[in-house]
Amino acid sequence: MNHPLLKVTDLRVNFGAQAAVRDMNFELFAGETLGIVGESGSGKSTLARAILRLLRSAQGSVEFGGLDLVSCTASQLRPHRRDLQIVFQDPQASLNPRMTVGEALAEPLKIFEPGLKPLEQQQRIGAILERVGLAAAMAARYPHEFSGGQCQRIGIARAMILKPKLLVCDEPVSSLDVSIQGQIINLLLDLQRDTAMAMLFISHNLAVVRQLSHRVLVMYAGRPVELGARDSLFAAPLHPYTQALLSAARSALPSALRTAASSEIPAAADPESAGCAFRGRCPIALPICASRVPPLSEVSPGHWAACHRSHEGNIPLSFPA
Amino acid sequence: MSATLSVEKLSVSYANGTERIEAVRSLSFDVAPGECLGIVGESGSGKTQLLMAAMGLLAGNAVIDGSVRFEGEELITRDSAELNRIRGAKVSMVFQDPMTSLTPHLKIGIQLAEVLVCHAAMSWRDAWAAAERTLGRVHISEPRRRLNQYPHELSGGMRQRVMIGMGLLCGPSLLIADEPTSALDVTVQAQIIELLRGLRSEMGMALILVSHDLGVVAGLADRILVMYAGRAVECAATQVLLQQPRHPYTAGLLKCIPSLDGPRVERLATLPGQPPQPGERLEACAFAPRCPRAAERCRIERPQLLGSSTGSVACHFPLTS
Amino acid sequence: MAALGEDAVRRLRASPVALGALIVMSAMIGLALIGPWLNPNSIQSLDWLHVAAHPSTQNAHWFGTDRLGRDLFVRTLAGTRVSLAIGLVASAISLLVGVIYGAVAGYAGGHTDHVMMRIIEILSGLPLIFFVIFLTVIFGRNEYLLFLSIGAVGWLSMARIVRGQALSIRHKEYIEAAVASGARAGRIVAKHVIPNLLGPVIVYATLTVPQIILFESFLSFLGLGIQEPSASLGTLIAEGASEMESAPWILLVPGGFLALLLLCLNIFGDGLRDAFQVEEG
Repeated sequence: MNHPLLKVTDLRVNFGAQAAVRDMNFELFAGETLGIVGESGSGKSTLARAILRLLRSAQGSVEFGGLDLVSCTASQLRPHRRDLQIVFQDPQASLNPRMTVGEALAEPLKIFEPGLKPLEQQQRIGAILERVGLAAAMAARYPHEFSGGQCQRIGIARAMILKPKLLVCDEPVSSLDVSIQGQIINLLLDLQRDTAMAMLFISHNLAVVRQLSHRVLVMYAGRPVELGARDSLFAAPLHPYTQALLSAARSALPSALRTAASSEIPAAADPESAGCAFRGRCPIALPICASRVPPLSEVSPGHWAACHRSHEGNIPLSFPA
Repeated sequence: MSATLSVEKLSVSYANGTERIEAVRSLSFDVAPGECLGIVGESGSGKTQLLMAAMGLLAGNAVIDGSVRFEGEELITRDSAELNRIRGAKVSMVFQDPMTSLTPHLKIGIQLAEVLVCHAAMSWRDAWAAAERTLGRVHISEPRRRLNQYPHELSGGMRQRVMIGMGLLCGPSLLIADEPTSALDVTVQAQIIELLRGLRSEMGMALILVSHDLGVVAGLADRILVMYAGRAVECAATQVLLQQPRHPYTAGLLKCIPSLDGPRVERLATLPGQPPQPGERLEACAFAPRCPRAAERCRIERPQLLGSSTGSVACHFPLTS
Repeated sequence: MAALGEDAVRRLRASPVALGALIVMSAMIGLALIGPWLNPNSIQSLDWLHVAAHPSTQNAHWFGTDRLGRDLFVRTLAGTRVSLAIGLVASAISLLVGVIYGAVAGYAGGHTDHVMMRIIEILSGLPLIFFVIFLTVIFGRNEYLLFLSIGAVGWLSMARIVRGQALSIRHKEYIEAAVASGARAGRIVAKHVIPNLLGPVIVYATLTVPQIILFESFLSFLGLGIQEPSASLGTLIAEGASEMESAPWILLVPGGFLALLLLCLNIFGDGLRDAFQVEEG
């Protein structure tokens, strides 16, 4: 329990000349779920892909299974891929339209367990399909024959068939109907309980994150701005952006954001500007916020915030309803 | 006072080879002047097709039945020249994705001014000035500079404001907004809803707000109409619907929304199964397969929409308070 | 491949023009295959009694005879067989080479793609006719050489098309999913990239067949292709060209066959593309 399953240190991912993710630091332990929250442009999807090395990172390290996933070679990485899987946001797009469901599920088996006989393969595929709530007979059909929710189950089945240690979920329910979202989330919770895997759950929906996560990391403009245990983060958020998110999610309108001049998120167009990226929308910004980027510091045990004023204690940051 | 928009027994279906796909089935509702009606539905509910039919924007192979009357005049039988006069001037529509509804290669100012030049016979100079005023009205900073920018230079939230501004240019008596905040982040969503609320009271126009998100609709609507599989299943005043839903689907939807502040639950509430796809044949109650209260009668006889003092509901066994 | 075929076949059936082209083409191919059994003459038999005879139903020379008394019906059909065979085989070769080359270039991207595309551009720039003549001079007239030179034409543009498709496919999410599953590049190209670009590729291949037939006819017309006594539509047209004024049917029959064949192939290819296009969209 002391040694983290995944350790991200000073990770930086560039898009062209600009940083989509930077100064990223966090740990993830076996069996726990870390929720990553952020809006569009926050870099959360980029972070997910960088961890899985679907993108190359510019600097930093991602330690997993005794290997640094950023600097290792492809052949060193490959055997570890079975322990590190991902579920994507768009269920249909993540399935090859020319492959049947069975073929798509067989692929990880063929790669990592080539000794399996065809009959055993069929059995494993049937078993995982049933585990995610689909019929084994559906293996013969094509993705376009299924609904969004069913496709997402197939995506989860593919990710789970090798029983990974870490599952990264990149907005897995955002494109699904509300009445279906709960089914998928409950499925993920069940799977985690059965396999004791760790999860990195990325979403912009705070209520869903609250349901699934043990700890929560909030991202803004590529940087981590707050990291803490779920209950303390939701009950007493330290960073003004987290507070703004919570207020908006509670449908209380933060007056400070209502008529702010440049009230939109700087879409990765604010590369090396000195200072806190949130200062343009922050109701309590000070001059120092414009000159120095606040580092992520531990304000109370296990609760980190990147804000120059987080140590000041209870600043009444009330956003009127 | 006659209704601004009156829809009666509207049906929309498509011929697809030998099959007929019914998107909207015999839908009826009214929108009073200055009222905000929220229409809520998931995928396959037909809510977008309904709007397209009302605005005369359906594809060529669509078959429409029923009547849509705007300020007393029938819209369905109008030819496109007359509809063009009404659209944009008296009835405006704001679509979901502002990136695809704005022309990418034209400046914002031109797209805005064009509406006035066409519908209000203004000169370009007057129209440009009016466009600048409109941008100010939707709280876009530096309106004069923005007029000369292209859509891709603006953020998602700003583009949506431009779309709303465009919809208001001719002072319409009805504004239809189809998922206006779905593509936006939650903090920006709150701003857009606030903007619509302010504009509505300022201009006294009627508003139809369509969304799959009950929270968004609840923040703005006076009455809510819930659609399922092309039909209206419940219609009531917002507070009444939220607190005392009578249709099991509405109640289920409300339970499915994960809460941010209530106690955490072991499993999220969910509706079993999935919403019916548009092509499916539905004889009796479309919701019966998923309904916890379904009885034999529900599988044989389709429930009619029956009105009462608090609203109307289409269910054989509606929930009582 | 069921997902690819169903809708497209249905749409194809619904298009009368494409269907018509397919029927006519099938009739021509059928005739070319069974023709020899219908007519007693062979492609080499010389009928001195009917030299350069008009087409008639009285004798067995339905399409007439050429300057040497050889029956045109049989020779034209034989020529059609040869032209079709060359068209299909050369298309298949260029398809195979072009698809693999283009898919690898498109998926690899970066430097590898850059180099591979420059090679194609250089090869495209070579004047192919001179190349063929040069090779013919060195190696003599050889039917295998013919295949080679024709194959050299076809695969270049196929590779370009495939590479363009592969470039857009490599960013799709199911490719990312395959990488995340541990698949190596070879497996991804073979199982994920190539199957998803086959739609437009099949259409393009169908349109390549008439191009290749035309090119072969051109080579044969120049005397660089098929040799006596074999015949292809190109050689027959060459013979007919010299007899144009006195015995026009010697030109018109094979020329008409070629024109009709190319027309049908092109129409059918267009129909296929339209049928697949809606599917892809």
